[in-house]
Amino acid sequence: MSFVTGLRCRECGRRYPTEALHVCDFCFGPLEVDYDYERIAASVSAASIAAGPRTIWRYRDLLPVDDATPVDLGAGFTPLHRADRLAAELGLGELWIKDDTANPTGSFKDRVVSVALTKARQLGFKVAACASTGNLANSVAAHAARAGMTSIVLIPHDLEEAKVTMTAVYGGTVVAVRGSYDDVNRLCAELASEHPSWAFVNVNVRTYYSEGSKTLAFEIAEQLDWRAPDHVVVPIASGSQLTKVAKGFGELAKVGLIDPSPIRVSGAQAAGCAPVATAFASGADAIAPVKPKTIAKSLSIGNPADGWYALDTIRRSGGACAAVTDDEVLDGIRLLARTEGIFAETAGGVTIATLAKLAAGGQVRRDERVVALVTGHGLKTVEALSGTVGPTATIGPTLADFDAAVGDDVSNGASR
Amino acid sequence: MSVAVRVPTQLRTLTGGTGEVEVEGATVGEVLQALDTAYPGFGERLFDDEGQLRRFVNVFLADEDVRFLDGLGTPIAPGQTVSIVPAVAGG
Repeated sequence: MSFVTGLRCRECGRRYPTEALHVCDFCFGPLEVDYDYERIAASVSAASIAAGPRTIWRYRDLLPVDDATPVDLGAGFTPLHRADRLAAELGLGELWIKDDTANPTGSFKDRVVSVALTKARQLGFKVAACASTGNLANSVAAHAARAGMTSIVLIPHDLEEAKVTMTAVYGGTVVAVRGSYDDVNRLCAELASEHPSWAFVNVNVRTYYSEGSKTLAFEIAEQLDWRAPDHVVVPIASGSQLTKVAKGFGELAKVGLIDPSPIRVSGAQAAGCAPVATAFASGADAIAPVKPKTIAKSLSIGNPADGWYALDTIRRSGGACAAVTDDEVLDGIRLLARTEGIFAETAGGVTIATLAKLAAGGQVRRDERVVALVTGHGLKTVEALSGTVGPTATIGPTLADFDAAVGDDVSNGASR
Repeated sequence: MSVAVRVPTQLRTLTGGTGEVEVEGATVGEVLQALDTAYPGFGERLFDDEGQLRRFVNVFLADEDVRFLDGLGTPIAPGQTVSIVPAVAGG
């Protein structure tokens, strides 16, 4: 049973029916899904959730679509790892990594796409489309194949090879656009006007799509035995994920699954695309768009649609927002891999490097229960690491060669 | 000078369903004002109380966001199209 009561403009409050609508006709503000939280509170419990599938669909009461057979590749319920070794390196206490590399197509996008395509199918759409920096492309192509829908994916022409292959293999239409993600996104917004019969997951079904990110908060709380963290660190591209993670924790408190408590939310960006971190640092209220230039391509959105809401969420929660250089991103990827055995894509490197920076600056504290979101798999962006990691030695197949090149000292590749 | 303006779905109720209209103007601001005169209702949707573009309204001249140019004061060259595009999420 769905507990959705309608859609509402986040800016001016005008109400809309639960159709394929994403912005307010009046002021272009984003539309949000409204729920009947009293009825949800009466229906949902830790036990009812525990009896559900080990996917995002265990939280169906708090999602904007109900379907007995959702478009599902098994997104969600990814591991939450206690990260003591990384915590020790960063001078932190209780640190957890939410490992969304474990999703079906290797990123958190499977959460949002599973929700978006389930809703799109319910609304009668046969075609799933999107603009993507790569991860969304992978997920839309895969879930559309799973659902028997046609997919049309538009990507910037200079994406990582793995992300292109991981999209094209599913057999849909993949169009590489000569331009930045912001150019692709703008083209998609215009295409959406011309092709109302296509479900653009990040345009006309965005209202439903973005709700999928709340499941990150739901899982974190459940995996912490229905306790909230004190502080979460979230990467920022469009700003939607950060905003929805905060909304997710708020909803859990509203329906009585966790105790209401202040949760600090901090944002992570790459210095080469840091419109939100820049506004946070300057105290500005408006987000000035930028032209991205960073290896963190999945975060390369220079004109973030939900940037203002992310900034507002960070400020209200008492969190921080910082940006890190590409070298720091690579250090972050290697640090997480070396200490915790998790291989993150460049966006994960951004999160870990920002976490390190905020820990060093005292904004993330040792006395806090901290969760950092690692949202995509490292195999998607291997070229970012080329020249920085590789074989310790290349030898002939003899003991003598091995002794000469490596010997007994094999601690952390120190002999390299 | 006559300038073509591309109108998104959400605002086509104001243009009788048309996705592209022609109005007069030499700058982006003049064109958007002329749009409101020709098709009343655009002004209150595009601009806030201080006369600035609303937060979720993106205006492009040819392929460039006018915030990278001179905003509403950006002069328009012959043949350039103005596009009004709502912000969209993604990634």
